[in-house]
Formats: sequence, C-alpha cells, structure tokens
Amino acid sequence: MYRILQTLLITFCLLVSADITASRAADDIGALVSALGTAKLAELDDRIEALAKSGDPRVIPVLEALGEGNLYARKADGSVYLATEKGASLMLVDPLDGANIGEVPKSELQKIKVNNSVRRAVRSALGGLTLFSADTDARLKAAQSMRQTPNADALGAIETALSTEKDGAVRKTLDEARAVSLLVSDRSDDDKRAAIKTLAEGGGREALGALTSALSSADSSLKPDIEAALQRIEQAQAFWNAGQNVWYGLSLGSVLLLAAIGLAITFGVMGIINMAHGEMVMLGAYTTFLVQDVIRTSYPDLFDWSLAIALPLAFLATGVIGLAIERSVIRFLYGRPLETLLATWGISLILQQSVRSIFGPTNREVGNPSWMAGAFELGGLTITWNRLWIIVFALAVFAALLFLLKRTSMGLRMRAVTQNRRMASSMGIRTPLVDALTFALGSGIAGMAGVALSQIDNVSPNLGQGYIIDSFMVVVFGGVGNLWGTLVGAFSLGILNKFLEPYAGAVLGKILVLVLIILFIQKKPRGLFALKGRAVEA
Amino acid sequence: MITSFLLKSLDRSIIAVVAILLGLSIAVPALNLLTAPDHPLHVPTYLVSLFGKYLTYALLALALDLVWGFCGILSLGHAAFFALGGYAMGMYLMRQIGARGSYGNPLLPDFMVFLNWKELPWFWQGFDMFWFAALMVVLVPGLLAFVFGWFAFRSRVNGVYLSIITQAMTYALLLAFFRNDMGFGGNNGLTDFKDVLGFNIQAPGTRAALFAASAVTLALCLVLTTAIVRSKYGKVLVAVRDAESRTRFLGYRVEHIKLFAFTVSAMMAGVAGALYVPQVGIINPGEFEPGNSIEVVIWTAVGGRGTLIGPIVGAILVNGGKSIFTAAFPEFWLFALGGLFVFVTLFLPKGVVGTVSAYLARRKAHRRAADADNARDALVAKPMAAE
Repeated sequence: MYRILQTLLITFCLLVSADITASRAADDIGALVSALGTAKLAELDDRIEALAKSGDPRVIPVLEALGEGNLYARKADGSVYLATEKGASLMLVDPLDGANIGEVPKSELQKIKVNNSVRRAVRSALGGLTLFSADTDARLKAAQSMRQTPNADALGAIETALSTEKDGAVRKTLDEARAVSLLVSDRSDDDKRAAIKTLAEGGGREALGALTSALSSADSSLKPDIEAALQRIEQAQAFWNAGQNVWYGLSLGSVLLLAAIGLAITFGVMGIINMAHGEMVMLGAYTTFLVQDVIRTSYPDLFDWSLAIALPLAFLATGVIGLAIERSVIRFLYGRPLETLLATWGISLILQQSVRSIFGPTNREVGNPSWMAGAFELGGLTITWNRLWIIVFALAVFAALLFLLKRTSMGLRMRAVTQNRRMASSMGIRTPLVDALTFALGSGIAGMAGVALSQIDNVSPNLGQGYIIDSFMVVVFGGVGNLWGTLVGAFSLGILNKFLEPYAGAVLGKILVLVLIILFIQKKPRGLFALKGRAVEA
Repeated sequence: MITSFLLKSLDRSIIAVVAILLGLSIAVPALNLLTAPDHPLHVPTYLVSLFGKYLTYALLALALDLVWGFCGILSLGHAAFFALGGYAMGMYLMRQIGARGSYGNPLLPDFMVFLNWKELPWFWQGFDMFWFAALMVVLVPGLLAFVFGWFAFRSRVNGVYLSIITQAMTYALLLAFFRNDMGFGGNNGLTDFKDVLGFNIQAPGTRAALFAASAVTLALCLVLTTAIVRSKYGKVLVAVRDAESRTRFLGYRVEHIKLFAFTVSAMMAGVAGALYVPQVGIINPGEFEPGNSIEVVIWTAVGGRGTLIGPIVGAILVNGGKSIFTAAFPEFWLFALGGLFVFVTLFLPKGVVGTVSAYLARRKAHRRAADADNARDALVAKPMAAE
C-alpha cells in the first residue's frame, strides 16, 4: 500500500514538474526566436547557439528557414515569421506553432540576412538538435556522427542532450561523444582525465583515433593517462579480435560439421569412401532452389518458410537417391573400401553432369529469408544471423543424429551391423535393409546440410566438390566411427584455420592446416578419438 | 597366386608390348616426317603429339600400377608427382625462352617481370641447364614421395587413410601452386615455350622426337617394373599387398619395401610429367587437381590392376575415348566416364587385360585338359582295337 502511494506521489511530482518546464521553455523559445528579428548580423551566431542549446525540436524548422533565407522580420515590430513568396506578397506562417497568418505585401517585411558564417552556425546547430529528436535511431545516428568529429563547440549541445537522454545505447554513445569533444576543448585537466577514462572504458576505433590525436597536443601531465588509455583500448581490441576469430572459426567449424556429419555415417560408420557425398550436399542446395522457385512464382507470402519446407524435402530427395545408389552399386562392394571410392567418384561425376545439364552450369540464386538476413553487435563482435542459425542448425542435426544412433532401436541395429555383421544377422537383423537405410540416412543428412549451405555458398554444380576433401579431413582427423570426434574435429579445424588466416593469409592458412593434418595422422593414424580393439583391423 | 600365374603368362606379352613400343618409336616419326601429307599412311603432326601425350599418361598409370597393383597402396596423389616433374621440365623450358619473352628480359620469365620481381628466386637457379632439370624431374617427386612415405609407412598409415592423406597432399600443393608468391606462375602456370635442347618445340621434327622419347621411356619403364615385380623383392611386395601383417611377422621390414616402391613410382610419374609438358606446351596448377589423380586410378583399373600392360592399355583406351567423346558429345563425356568408373568396379574388377588373359588361361587349361582326356581315350581305345 505504502509503495503504491509512493509511486503515485512520485509520478504526480514528475508530471507537474515536466509541465512547468514545458511551459517555461515555450516562453523562452518565443523570446529567443523573436530576438533573431532584431539581431545584427554579428550577433546572429550567438542567438543561434542559444536556440540550439534549448534543445527544443520546434526550433528546427526556424533554423532551417533561416539557413535557406526564408525567415523574415516585420519592419514594424521586429516579430519573426516563416514566409514563402507568392507573387508580390508573402505567405506568412508563425515560426513556432505553424499557424497560417495570411498574405502580406513584401514591403512590410524584411528578410533576415545571413552570410556563410551564419549558415555554418545553423548547420552545426541543426546537427546538435537531432540529438533531441523523438526518434531513438535518429538520436543514435546523431550521437555517432558527433563521436566521429570532435568539436568543442558542440559540447554544450551534447551535455544538454545527456541530461535528458533515457535510452542506454544513446547515452553511452553521447558520453563518448562528449569525451571526444571535451579532449579538444579548454576544460580543466580533471575533466579531461575523466573523459579519457570514459573513452578507455568504451573502447573502439573512434576512441583510439581521438586519443591518438589528443596525445600530440595534450599537456605533459595528461600524456601518461592517454598512453595508458590507448594501451587499454588496444588490449581490449586484441581481445575482441581474438573473439571475432573464434566466432569465425565456430562459423567455419559449423559448416565443416554440416558437410562432414553425413560422411561420418557413410564413411565413419559404414566404411564406404563416399566420394559422391559432396554431390548430395549439392542436390540439397538445388532442392532449396527449386522450393524457392515455386514459392516465388506461386506463393510469395511463404518465402520466410522456404527453408523449413526445403529441409524435409531435401532430406527425402537425397535420402531416396542415396538408397538407390546403395541398392544398385554399393551393396556389391562392401568390404572393398577402395573400390567404393572409385564407384562413388563415378556416381559423383554423373550427378554433377546431370545437374549441369538440367540447371545449367551457372550459379543459381537462393535467397535468404528475412530472419536470416542482417547482423547484430555483441560487445565488440559483429554476428550475422545466417551464420548464427547455421551453427544452431549444425548442432541440432548433430544432436538429432546422436540421439538416433544411441537411443533408438534403429540406431542400435545400425551399430550392431557395422560392428559385427554376421552376428547381427544371426540375431535376426535384416542387414541389407539396415545397410540401405544407414546409407540413405547419411545421404539425407548431407542433403539437409545442402539446404543450410545454400544460404552462404554459391549454388552451382561444383558446390559439392569444394566440401569433399574438407569433409574427409574432418572425419579422419576426428577419428573414424566416432560422432563426437567429428564434432571436435570440425570445430577445432575451423578455429585453427581462422586463427592462422590473419598471419598466413587465407590460402597459406589452409595449406598449413592440411599439412598439420597430414602430420597429425602420422602421429595418431586413427584420428583424435580412435576406436580401440579388434574391430579396428576389420 | 593369381598374380604369379599372370606374371608367368605375361612374360611373352611384355616382350611383345616392348617390341611394339620400340617399333612405334621408329615407325610413327618416320611416317610423319618422311611421307607426303596426302600419302595414305601419313601420320599428321597433331596425332603424333596426341599419342605422345597418351604415352606419358600410360607411363603415369604404369607408375601407379606398381604401387596400387603390386603393393596395395592406393595413391590419390600421383598427379602431384606427375605435375612436379612437369614443373621441373617447364622451368627448364621457361629458362630457354631467354630474351624472346614479351618483356624481353634475358634472365627473368615473363610472369616474374610482370610481378615486378628483380631477381631470379634461388629455386630457379640451375634450371637453364638440361642435365640439372632432368635430375630435378626425378629427384623432386622422388624426394617428396620418400619423405611423405617415410612418415606415413613408418606410422602404419595404410589403406583408406593413406589414400585420403595423399589426396590432402595433392590438394595442398594445388593451393600452393595457385599462389603467385610461390614463383611458379600462379594460376597461369608456365607456358609459351620456344625451344627444347635447342630445337624449336613446335617443329614437326621435335614433336616426332618427343613421341619417340615417350615411347622408348615407356618401354624402358615397363622393363624396369617387370624386373622389379619379378624379382624376389617383387614377391615380397605382393605379399605385403595381400597380407601385410603376416609379412611383417615373417620378419620383413614392410615400411622399407613400401617406401622403395612408392619412391620409384613417384620418380616414374615425374618423368611422365616431364615428357608431357613439352608435348602439350603448358603446365599449370590444374594438374594437381585431386580429380586428376582419381582419373589415373580409373585408367589403371580399366586396363587391369596388377598386370603392368593393363595400365598402358587402359590409359590409351580411356584417353582416346575422352578425345573422341569430348569432340563429338561434350555433354556426355562425364556420364560416360562416371559410368565407366561404376561399370569397371562392379563388372570388370580385373580390368580388360586381366579379364582377357584370365579367359585365355582358362581356355588353355581347358584345352590341355581336353587334350589329356583325348590322349587317355586314345590309350584306352587302342587296346580295345587290338582285341
């Protein structure tokens, strides 16, 4: 009860005080605007600044009119109006409330004269005034632009804006803008020290630039502070850069994981060197293209759902193709892994050429749904939505596959058949059926990966070729027959690659990763998480 | 068992193939150079170059057969050794251009002038001498294979894993050679050759000589590989292929045996590349494509893995087919090649030569059995007649 009363009381007080401030401001501004009419040219700058400091959005049209030469004063009493020419007379409008006053002959009024210095003052005042705009985005933009251009004269406007600003992000930017401008002003050293501290905490490229330029002109007493701040910002940036590298690495790792996870089934679990795996990914991407094509022409409203529709379709399509390949070719080649390599390579050539004949050799456009477009900031990181979703999707597919293999009876059968085919068969498991379904599952997962990869890669007949070697590297590096190995392998290779890139360049980085994998396999021929026991030799 | 049988029965056929190759090395240049263009037996120069190229492919396939067919190492990186040999030869040919390049620099090849390089990198030194380049053609692939094989075989990386890391090796080299900073011409590779050993590389006489050189080299390598696989060492090689662990338990150093075959094979691939480059006039990083290495495997498989003659036949058949197909139905070549991969692995595991010789051997055995029957019948019949 007491609390409610308290809240009510506070609200009431606030309302009253706001009301009082508003009415007083109106009077002030009226006086300030009329003062423009009587001012001499030399005095105008000061008056404009006074107007700008008021921070009232109603001042904006007045200042705009002044800059364009549309502001007039009545010769009789010096009162100020906005005016538009209409033949020999002028249409007058009240500068503050915009009320129409009517037509007056030109001779009764005099234009308020401006020169370039006044125009400049108007422009900077207007820039400061958007700080008071009702639109948060506009305020943020204005604050950001002020942060980029240190200006001691803008300090007043910034401080006024700070005193009323409620939005956290805008406040923070304004604080930094104030600090940047304060450094070039003639305020006290203590103020400057506080400003340096603000900048050091905020970090970022602007702060670095402002501090570097301040360093050359600052007092010797301030220099150590600035240097310490610079160092701190650089450290923070190094930290965020490392963070960004990790993020890029995770993103690349998720792509590798998606590409490799189907192969972890067909190669890792079944022992088939499936060179057509990349083509399954490619077919998944083309399924997405087809789905989007139908949606574009027939149901444009569904575009945001296109990926959700394409996923099951891609899984089915590539799964069925995988089933057909297994039944027609691979089942004759079990136990001869090197022969499966040749046969599936042949199949991959046929699939590539089929897609090329049907869809043409050029890239096909696959669009991003709206929820995958754009990016957001997280601390010093820029995170794009499509990459984030792909990481989430890769992990989801991984979890689903793990569940399927470890917790369902189908998964149990699959593991039984791959570990000891004859015994599984004796226990009544229909091994040919399980083989076919396992291969279809691996292919279907590759197809789903294709849906995701269509969002970040060119959809062309060669799409799969780019992933096949990387996928094999991931599976071999992680350890054949171990899904967790594939997960760890994909992410560690992704992150390693992105950390090497800044030092070695993209291509050399990739070469280094390949060489490291080759060396690693010498050390641990069966990968990170090797299966142990007699099953390995089979 | 089958292989040793094949080896005996192939004895005569290898002599025949060597004789055919040597005959071709004389006959084709003669028919090209000495007959008039409208003569019915005239061989046009482009065909000489084309078949010269096939012969270098055949040599590459033969090299692969030595490791895959007889040692069970499926290398998916043989195109890398081939390309390295080709690059060594290409560097010699580049240095022979001299001041005749478009920039007229007497020392630096055109692409280095273009990249604004001031002096020749250290690894280009010496390639103006043919003997040095010829040595590098063998040494560079051989050394790479030796180092790679040393590590791989010692830590018992075998089967599928070896195939995959050889593929990674050629992929890494592909990426490396695409870089301009490497100093091998980047994307465009090495081309615009003028002379080889002082002879104009475009002249029909040089082309015919290169063809003859390819044929003779192929014949020599065929004899060499035959000698290797028929020696005592060759028997151990086959033992390693069929039962690696058992061979190791018998006291053989499996890794050394494999390493020797792998290195020799890489050197042969390098020689093939060196003969290939002057005949096609260009070498670029595309030769390192992992797909190329896999194609070599299919040539060998089509001809017959583990037969020595098979890879030669296979390389010529598949590439001849490719030339005809890509000219007549370019759309269908990949269908045909892909179908060939599937067909051969499913229905012709011994390849053309292996299947034919197995058929011949069976028929011979059959006939011998039939003869024996007849003889016994005759023996049995005689006393009856006498009675």
